[in-house]
Amino acid sequence: MSHAATDRPELDPRLAAPFPQAAAQTLRNPQLRKNVAHAIDVIQAKRGRLVAEKTDWQDLRAAGSAIRAHVLENLGFYLEQFEERCTAAGGQVHWAADADEARRIILDLLRQENASEVIKIKTMTSAEIQLNPFLEANGVKAYETDLAEIILQLGEGEPSHIVVPALHVNRSQVREIFARRMGLENLSDDPKALTNAARTYLRQKFLTIPTAISGANFLIAETGAVSVVESEGNGRMCLTLPRAMITLAGIEKVLPRYQDLEVMLQVLARSATGERMNPYTSLWTGVTPGDGPQRFHVVLLDNGRSKILAKPKERQTLKCIRCAACMNTCPVYRQTGGHAYGSVYPGPIGAILTPQLMEMHHAQTLPFASSLCGACYEVCPVKINIPEVLLDLRAAVVNQERKQGVRFFDPMYLGLRIANLLFSRAWIFHAAQFFGRIGAKLVTRKDGWIHSLPSVGSKWTQTRDLRGLPSQTFHEWWAARGSEPGKEAK
Amino acid sequence: MVFAMRASLFITCYNDTLYPETGRAVVRLLERLGVELDFKAKQTCCGQMHANTGFRGEAFSQAKRLVRLYQDAETVVVPSSSCVAMMRDQYPGLIEEMGNEELRKQFAELIPRVYELSEFLIDLLGVEDVGAYFPHRVTYHASCHGVRALHLGDRPYRLLAKVRGLDQAPLANVDRCCGFGGTFSVKNAEVSSAMLAVKLQDVMATGAEYCTALDNSCLMHLGGAMHRQYAGMKTIHMAQILASTETEPAEAFA
Repeated sequence: MSHAATDRPELDPRLAAPFPQAAAQTLRNPQLRKNVAHAIDVIQAKRGRLVAEKTDWQDLRAAGSAIRAHVLENLGFYLEQFEERCTAAGGQVHWAADADEARRIILDLLRQENASEVIKIKTMTSAEIQLNPFLEANGVKAYETDLAEIILQLGEGEPSHIVVPALHVNRSQVREIFARRMGLENLSDDPKALTNAARTYLRQKFLTIPTAISGANFLIAETGAVSVVESEGNGRMCLTLPRAMITLAGIEKVLPRYQDLEVMLQVLARSATGERMNPYTSLWTGVTPGDGPQRFHVVLLDNGRSKILAKPKERQTLKCIRCAACMNTCPVYRQTGGHAYGSVYPGPIGAILTPQLMEMHHAQTLPFASSLCGACYEVCPVKINIPEVLLDLRAAVVNQERKQGVRFFDPMYLGLRIANLLFSRAWIFHAAQFFGRIGAKLVTRKDGWIHSLPSVGSKWTQTRDLRGLPSQTFHEWWAARGSEPGKEAK
Repeated sequence: MVFAMRASLFITCYNDTLYPETGRAVVRLLERLGVELDFKAKQTCCGQMHANTGFRGEAFSQAKRLVRLYQDAETVVVPSSSCVAMMRDQYPGLIEEMGNEELRKQFAELIPRVYELSEFLIDLLGVEDVGAYFPHRVTYHASCHGVRALHLGDRPYRLLAKVRGLDQAPLANVDRCCGFGGTFSVKNAEVSSAMLAVKLQDVMATGAEYCTALDNSCLMHLGGAMHRQYAGMKTIHMAQILASTETEPAEAFA
């Protein structure tokens, strides 16, 4: 399988294809669908077992939700407190209004360090601001150290999941990438051999590159600490060996107290990877002389977040702790994988987060990329009512399009306006049923079923038949039956 | 006849038009159980299609119409979980945003009296054995709205368990969506079809003759694919199974 740059999925929402078109392509990729379904089934089964063993799971969810909601209600206060405490502990806090500013701050910091190379702990926020290509264009080579990110970086791929970014890649594909890019012709696809190859590759980076970039799972306002949870120990290496560390974090990542980690770490590990505890949970506070990075910076990124915060119903989007349980349970994501969403944030949370981060100018199809089955809300450890936000965003998109009149004659819009008229009066509805029955006869076959419909209807009949309209509606039957109950009509 | 209870049937727009046999079955079943049914001829739609597609204004006008229409109903019974979910989960927001105080009051009084069919049977009438006979192997498809919005739980299974002759076939991945999702099925037809294909594998693997549910919308989706594929299975709304007896078997599909 080739991983040529031209095959690279587009994850910039401004440039990505609309969801239905992008999904139609990934649906035709059996290898991808098999990899995604397999990986998700494994994670889901583990999550299911570990959630079931917590008798207080619903209480934990309620607590997680309450903590996150409280933070968002008081975000300004906690961010300032974090800045003050982090600064007092020797860190330096920078504020970035948008992706561009965050990139420039990070580049300036790297230049102060005279860094031409930098090692990175997995951070989706850096993918959100497209940091790596920007650094590369400005003469700084970024090396990913998370196994999945290495696979994607060497294979010139893109993340399809926020916790397991290379979820769509199976191990024979990993073997091919490593063999090609590390010059290991005889590499086997045994997981141990693959891990060893990555370790050898990484060890050299850890020992020679003195500057690191991380994301943050949590910022603790009370102490000014930053926390990162991970599974491989690469984060621990990045947090101890380098001389300088730059942490990029969305402004919503803050928690009030150290004690809040008790709840958040429990729900995060179980929801994300189906583990009781993350293998590596790192916490650091500013700078400790003689131990770990001696220069520490936190870049707090807004990039559309405060606009989401301003909307009472949509605000809950920012409660997200990036566990990915919603995408693991989503029946849409299960079929399409992550790339179809055209964003570094795929799945149900991506379908609400991406359009909002993009201020609704792009990704108009994402809020519609859901059957509204509600599975995401059910598993969300911080109780984000994703279907509710999806519906609100749909309404926002439709209102915008109707105001602009851009889809006035679109068959779906036309149909919905007509349907509204039909439903407004029973006699109009009944007349439409009558004429609909006559019209349907034209497309109904002798077996009583419709096998092919025109216009929007063809989208239905491309894979399903539709039973022809019965000769009598229910209300006609009821009227014919007479007012006396128990009397059957002919 | 002496009736123990009165209820008004909201048949829903698509059942009225496409699946009148479901409505006939509800009437036969509930009258057999001693319920005096009323049917308001002015009813049309609950507004779910508009709400789920982003047409909130239209959805509200349908919600308002429905709330006013059923104001004087003692109880409303609905053989469609997704329409009940629409009323319970989406009406409050729509009415809060666009309604007046009077409508809010009317809605608050109405909503506790609205029951999905299996809720009506088990919670209100307190019956599990409705005296039905349906000698077939049947698998139950738990619709998303039934599972996650109405929390129907084991109600449907308890009703089916008491049907004489019925052999329940357990369905794998029972809480996974069939991919219908209303306008999702045409707006994202390819993804919807992929979800349907996967669901159908599980449904067909049960070896059942019938796939049943409390939502004809999912059944229209599943049944449409079964018909397209000449599959050896049909779909049937649970009301028709529960209405079926030795002397009056379930109405067959066209």
